[in-house]
Amino acid sequence: MILAFLEHDAGTPTQLGAETIGFAGALADRLDQALEVVAVGPEAEKAAAAAAPPAEVVHLGLGGLGTYAPRAWAHVLADVAGAGGAVAVVAPGSERGNEVMAHLAAMTDLPLATNCVALDPVAEAGPAGGDGPWRLTRNRWAGSLLEDAELDPGQGRPRLLTVALGARPPGAGRQPVGAPAIRPAGTVADDTDLAVAVGDVVQPEGSGVSLTDARVIVSGGRGVGGEDGFALLEQLASLLGGAVGCSRVVTSEGWRPHRDQVGQTGTRVSPELYIACGISGAIQHMVGCKGAKRILAINTDPDAPIMGKADYAVLGDLHDVLPAIVAELRRARGAAD
Amino acid sequence: MSGAPADASTVIIGAGIVGNGLAWHLAQLGETGIVLVDKGPLPNPGGSTGHASNFLFPFEHSRMMLSLTADSVVQYKALGVFTESGGIEVARTETRMQELRRKVSTARAWGVDCHLLSPEDIKKLVPYVNDELIVGGLSFPTTGVVDSLRAGTIMRERAQAIGALEVVGNVEVQGIDVVDGRVRAVRTDTGTIRTERVVVCCGVWSPRIARMAGAHIPLTPAVHQMVSVGPIGLFAGTEGEISYPIIRDVDTFMYERQHGADMEVGSYAHRPILVEPDDIPSIAESALSPTEMPFTSEDFDPQLADALDLMPELLGDEAAGVRYAINGLISLTPDGHPILGPSPEVGGLWSAAASWIKEAPGIARAVAEWMVAGRPELDVHEADLARFHPHQRTRAHVASRAREAFNKTYGIVHPSEQWVEGRGARRSPVHARTEALGAVYFETAGWERPQWYASNEALVDRYAERIVTRPAEWDARWYSPIVEAEHLAMRDGAGLVDLGAFCVFDVSGPGALAALERIAVARLDVPVGRVVYTPFLDEAGGMRADLTVMRLGTSSFRVVTGAGVGMLDRQWLLDHLDRDGSAQLADVTSGWATIGLWGPRARDVLSAVCAEDLSHAGFPYGTCRVIEVGDSEVLASRISYVGELGWELYVPAEAATALWDRLAGAGAPHGLVPVGIGVYGTTARIEKGYRSFGHDLTPEYTLCEAGLERRAVKHTDFVGRTAHLAERSRPPAARLCTLALDYTGTDPGSRRYPLGQEAILTEDGEPLVDAKGRRSYVTSAGAGPSVGSHLLLAYLPPSASVTGTRLVVECMGERYPVRVVVEGNGAVFDPTNQRMRS
Amino acid sequence: MRVLVGIKRVPAVGGRIVLSADGTAIDTRFLGSTTGPHEECAVEEAVRLVAARGGESVVVTLGPPESEEQLRYALSIGIDRAVLLETAGQEVGPRATAAELVGAIRDLEGNGGPFDLVMFGNEAPDSGDFQVGVRVAEALARPCVTGVKALEVGDGEVVARRDGGRGMEIYRVATPAVVTVREGLNLPRYPSLPGRLGAKRKPLERRTVEPGADGLRSVGLRLPDPDGRGAVSLGSGAEAAPAVVELLDELGLLAR
Repeated sequence: MILAFLEHDAGTPTQLGAETIGFAGALADRLDQALEVVAVGPEAEKAAAAAAPPAEVVHLGLGGLGTYAPRAWAHVLADVAGAGGAVAVVAPGSERGNEVMAHLAAMTDLPLATNCVALDPVAEAGPAGGDGPWRLTRNRWAGSLLEDAELDPGQGRPRLLTVALGARPPGAGRQPVGAPAIRPAGTVADDTDLAVAVGDVVQPEGSGVSLTDARVIVSGGRGVGGEDGFALLEQLASLLGGAVGCSRVVTSEGWRPHRDQVGQTGTRVSPELYIACGISGAIQHMVGCKGAKRILAINTDPDAPIMGKADYAVLGDLHDVLPAIVAELRRARGAAD
Repeated sequence: MSGAPADASTVIIGAGIVGNGLAWHLAQLGETGIVLVDKGPLPNPGGSTGHASNFLFPFEHSRMMLSLTADSVVQYKALGVFTESGGIEVARTETRMQELRRKVSTARAWGVDCHLLSPEDIKKLVPYVNDELIVGGLSFPTTGVVDSLRAGTIMRERAQAIGALEVVGNVEVQGIDVVDGRVRAVRTDTGTIRTERVVVCCGVWSPRIARMAGAHIPLTPAVHQMVSVGPIGLFAGTEGEISYPIIRDVDTFMYERQHGADMEVGSYAHRPILVEPDDIPSIAESALSPTEMPFTSEDFDPQLADALDLMPELLGDEAAGVRYAINGLISLTPDGHPILGPSPEVGGLWSAAASWIKEAPGIARAVAEWMVAGRPELDVHEADLARFHPHQRTRAHVASRAREAFNKTYGIVHPSEQWVEGRGARRSPVHARTEALGAVYFETAGWERPQWYASNEALVDRYAERIVTRPAEWDARWYSPIVEAEHLAMRDGAGLVDLGAFCVFDVSGPGALAALERIAVARLDVPVGRVVYTPFLDEAGGMRADLTVMRLGTSSFRVVTGAGVGMLDRQWLLDHLDRDGSAQLADVTSGWATIGLWGPRARDVLSAVCAEDLSHAGFPYGTCRVIEVGDSEVLASRISYVGELGWELYVPAEAATALWDRLAGAGAPHGLVPVGIGVYGTTARIEKGYRSFGHDLTPEYTLCEAGLERRAVKHTDFVGRTAHLAERSRPPAARLCTLALDYTGTDPGSRRYPLGQEAILTEDGEPLVDAKGRRSYVTSAGAGPSVGSHLLLAYLPPSASVTGTRLVVECMGERYPVRVVVEGNGAVFDPTNQRMRS
Repeated sequence: MRVLVGIKRVPAVGGRIVLSADGTAIDTRFLGSTTGPHEECAVEEAVRLVAARGGESVVVTLGPPESEEQLRYALSIGIDRAVLLETAGQEVGPRATAAELVGAIRDLEGNGGPFDLVMFGNEAPDSGDFQVGVRVAEALARPCVTGVKALEVGDGEVVARRDGGRGMEIYRVATPAVVTVREGLNLPRYPSLPGRLGAKRKPLERRTVEPGADGLRSVGLRLPDPDGRGAVSLGSGAEAAPAVVELLDELGLLAR
């Protein structure tokens, strides 16, 4: 049996959650295994219905627990995997997915491969995925580098892995096998499980459009030159109803708060247009903005890495270019008004 | 990204401060069709200009470097990018104070404003310095900082604006096409540029680019560590980039320079870290830029304590952090000088490399003038790419010297200081003999030359009364009283000198005479068997060489010159021979050994092993011929640089030891002793007033000023003749004179012995400035044991170049009386040359 | 209070990653080494906590002998002492790493008392395993909050905040506890010169370790296919403005 963890947001499967089910289904198909799914929380059933996984069984856990408690979630996976003799447990390589799987790995003392983008389970596969190691490819440096690795068998216990966005499923998709059986997982969270759980949720200070929601992000790097230079970016972002972002050097210099940082250790963004002003495009930054539909780079250096990774480029000093865009924008709008 | 154009009159590779400056100066001189390429983006393509600390102290012990810096300051000021900050070298020890006083004397000679400071004075100027740690300092008030990137940009854009220059960034040079020994094209990743002239201004990448053309630019990238600490509380209220003088903490090989809110702390104290030119990362591979390598804190941290000691509160501020730290790459060369000029290996290939920010615009101007006019206004022969002997171009040599020189950047380097590493590259054929005699070797151009011989120790006692004991350690360093003993023994009997380092060039062919006549000042259309001393001039009349030429046949000449300048002289000859091949130059240095035999008993010694007529009539002065010495044929040349009867004996290298042994054996009854270069190159020649190229003779002074003009100018045209004729029609602005220290009545224990480059002043302490604005200083200095005085050569304005004039020499901060003993060219010893012509 | 921070030495990659010839590692000839941004924040936080509350901060890493450089850096920031679990330089997986750390922590606590707080970065910048902190916490039977962006330490408990999809999530856990933190927790300082000098004199203990098998083995590295989008030039300088606005219009981003 392949066990997949269904990640959802108040009953709606996340994109990665859905991809993970697909990945796990393909794995089950490939190994000729059954697919079972775990969903947790009060709205787990709704999520399962929405996801419609091609699974034999969906286990619903912790229906009475209205909050996130990673160890308790892991406990559900451990119970279901143990009871069903899972060959593998597959979860999304999201913040929560990775955390829950880390707890599962810790509780079971099993190896865990996070953020896999490809999997070849048949390398030396015998029944149930075999006794040999599985070959997999996973992200390093947030996807700037790929690692080929081997994941050892668990001596009758499952192999644990999480799946990165856009991972290549290890086989054709699995066809639905009819409506899955819905079963309560039956796990009861103990005090240890609940020692870490979300208490309150508060809205962070700061107003305007958040980076994750913005359709346009005007982002600045070292080339902005200082805190004051961001007024130009603010101006353009405000005209476009977008948000201001920045690179790591900017937060390190204290020019902007960290919550504005786009990158490996900041926020991953996916706007319609990402305007990178005076940003060289270090790999740690690019992993944060590669989700953007389009990237426009404004830079004095035609050889800057970002110029090769952008869709559009303006060669020039942002201090000249941005005011011109603002003026042109006002002119265009004035004409429209 | 725009591609490379198809044609260029000149391709400049490298858009750092040098390349940009060169483009501008070429444009100013009327050149057009210049193309400047760089693999990096502009304005900062990622070379060493981009991370330089950008400060300029106006003083150097090297006159060439000082002049280049002075010119650069003028240029930076004109570009509006110079900020005068002042600079102070602080001394932690009395030894360093002496070095600072030495600088004061030379600085005064060369017109650089500076003055000594007490610790209290320094504290007033730089309140954050721990004055308890220092014993004094030397202030250079005209020190300043520049924006080198801006300067480069301005010069580049000006050259573009007048339509002389096309700039192509982000283009990588992939090859240089050479056909028939000449540059034809530069191949880039965006196309091929046809051109006849390429200038490599690539800093640390220069060796790599030159190699594409099959040529050498012998420099090595090396690490100079720098950290930037901030924000410094004290700097918060200051305006602009710099408000306090730059401190050079020279005893710890470090500097501290304000840069806005930060203090930049640089070090030349860490272990030498050389980088292979091929190992410099690409722009894409670099975390910062290719020349800002990852900082290695283990190399820098040992120096931190020194910096903290000097500026405890400022650098000890817990709120100030190390915000930037790099292993910055700089270029080091085997002799510390830049590498400029045309490649002797590939026609049309030029170098303007190994420049610091402080010389860069000056270098750019010099090279531009050189390219356009054939000659730079400033004398940069010490930086000429052609100066390197083949072994000096090897990676092993470059690395060895760079490694050793790195920690001397702020060191106290004695003018005679010898290298420790990379020795023994070239040995005279009689090396085993001189070694057995306990020779103490000084190196010139790789040759190990006996400076004096331990075997002559006993002579010191014999001549004790005529030998000076130098009480100051500095004056006695790299010196031995044996030199003076050898000198006196030669003058009393005879001396045997290993001159194996001579560069020997045979010029032959039907056009040889005509070619040499066109190059040399002296007439070379002389009978076969004559030896002629001659200077070479450049078109402007400046001195380019002085050497001797033997006419061996109707169309064959042998040119002999010193090893130090040998490669430059060789290049000068090659450049001025006809291209039709009617005259050929062969460098036969390695085939011949030269042994000098001089002294009143020289004829007796040689006669003992040679049956030929060696009498004055039978073998007159200024002639040469082949003689038989035992079973060797020896080319004997009767001339002298020491003022004695004798010969230079040229013998095939393989027969040199036999000749040495014969002469040594025959000489014993005549008092023959081995004599080192200390005598040959300094004491004996200075007693005779003979000029030394590079010290007394430079393109800065003319033939007449050096007193080397002939009674008449030959009718045949020669390079520089017009200028020389014009010069002769005017009285000289200065004359090279011999001066003697006058120590009568002074305490021997307090006497100092100048070694060169000290200021010559009036008795009132005023500088002597000639009509051309040049100040008098010591160009050569040495003992004169036969005349009982320490002798100096110096150019003096007419008012002072009168025998008997009393002046002073400033040495280590003190002034000592000197007297003009010979005005103009002449000898204080045997002024009528009786000895040589006896 | 006693705080332990775990860090990891990684290459300071910048513009473009270059692999070693055998493809098993990053070519670090031109690269310095560093610790990840998350870990820098962990170090900074530990220094601040101990400065405010007294006690001792300890930094630990598992890695090659050269990892001393990163430990010294932490000491120069203000950590009190360092422990280097020295390997022969091989890649050590997260499970094996956690096991060694647990052993070391037990040992350190046996001598100096328990750590109120054990801190890690949320994930290593290179391997991105997201699990060492959780494994250590599980083995020590301590609560673990990950992804922490703000931390308040009270008596016997810590209040941690982290970004959630719907706002800042607040966690309240009893000490001793493990937290893994994210950049943004604080603004790490640069080391002062006295800090750097002092770091040389602070105690650094080396212990040789031979980590066991992890079960997850790296066999090689590859660069992903270049994601170059082939930038279309919209022009240079201010003259490009109309083209930019046209693009905004095309993308439907002009509407207010």
